[in-house]
Amino acid sequence: MYEIIFYFFAFVTVASAAVVVFSRNIIYSAFALLFTFFGVAGLYVLLNADFLAITQLMVYVGGILVLLLFGVMLTTNTVSVDIKSGSLNVFPAVTVVAAIVGLLTGVFWTSEWFMSSTMGELTSQTTSKEIGNALITTHVLPFEIASVILLVAIVGAAMMARRERVK
Amino acid sequence: MTITLTHFLLISAILFSLGMYAVLTRRNAIMVLMGVELILNSANINFLAFSRFGDMNIEGQMAAIFVIILAAAEAAIALAIVLNIYKRFHTVNVDEISFLKD
Repeated sequence: MYEIIFYFFAFVTVASAAVVVFSRNIIYSAFALLFTFFGVAGLYVLLNADFLAITQLMVYVGGILVLLLFGVMLTTNTVSVDIKSGSLNVFPAVTVVAAIVGLLTGVFWTSEWFMSSTMGELTSQTTSKEIGNALITTHVLPFEIASVILLVAIVGAAMMARRERVK
Repeated sequence: MTITLTHFLLISAILFSLGMYAVLTRRNAIMVLMGVELILNSANINFLAFSRFGDMNIEGQMAAIFVIILAAAEAAIALAIVLNIYKRFHTVNVDEISFLKD
């Protein structure tokens, strides 16, 4: 059962990511990205990360994807129906990407990975309590830095995207 | 046939290379951003896979949380830059925006 669910989510992720990359229509790409994020969230659940899966859905699907769709609609002339987007440098890119994927799969196949004593078995307990504890004890400094970064990013984005310049 | 660490690593390798291909070849700046999101997702899968199959408890999940936070900030800033580029050049094709001042 676990294998079937894993292969289902893996197929959804990889197939929709391929649609994202190879589709000529940028709107199709944006909607295929939705399914990629869902598939990745499913993989997170299979990796004992339930809190991360929900965060993935809320932040990526609810935030980033909507932002990207706004970007698509604000930067294309919908009147002239020219939302196709071309490719360039296809041959060098294929070479580089083939080299990277060959190297990565070679390393992943041949490495003797350290396996934990529990062999990574699935647990049924939730991780949100542990994550909450870690955020206010061992990881409190990155947590605070992340909040400052988000504040700066919001102010900076609003400042840059506003229409009239402040003299 | 059980699912091991290698399966998750292979999924993330495929996702990474697809995102890399989008970043390298697509002309539209928003498509480049989508490629970056794919790359960040593949990194997150790696973090969580090593967190589960290695003996790392929650550490990998903490790293993944901060990756998601930075991805959100990056998307907001990048979209603001893309909107500015569109306002000035009336195009978002990255190969046509090749000078720093007009």
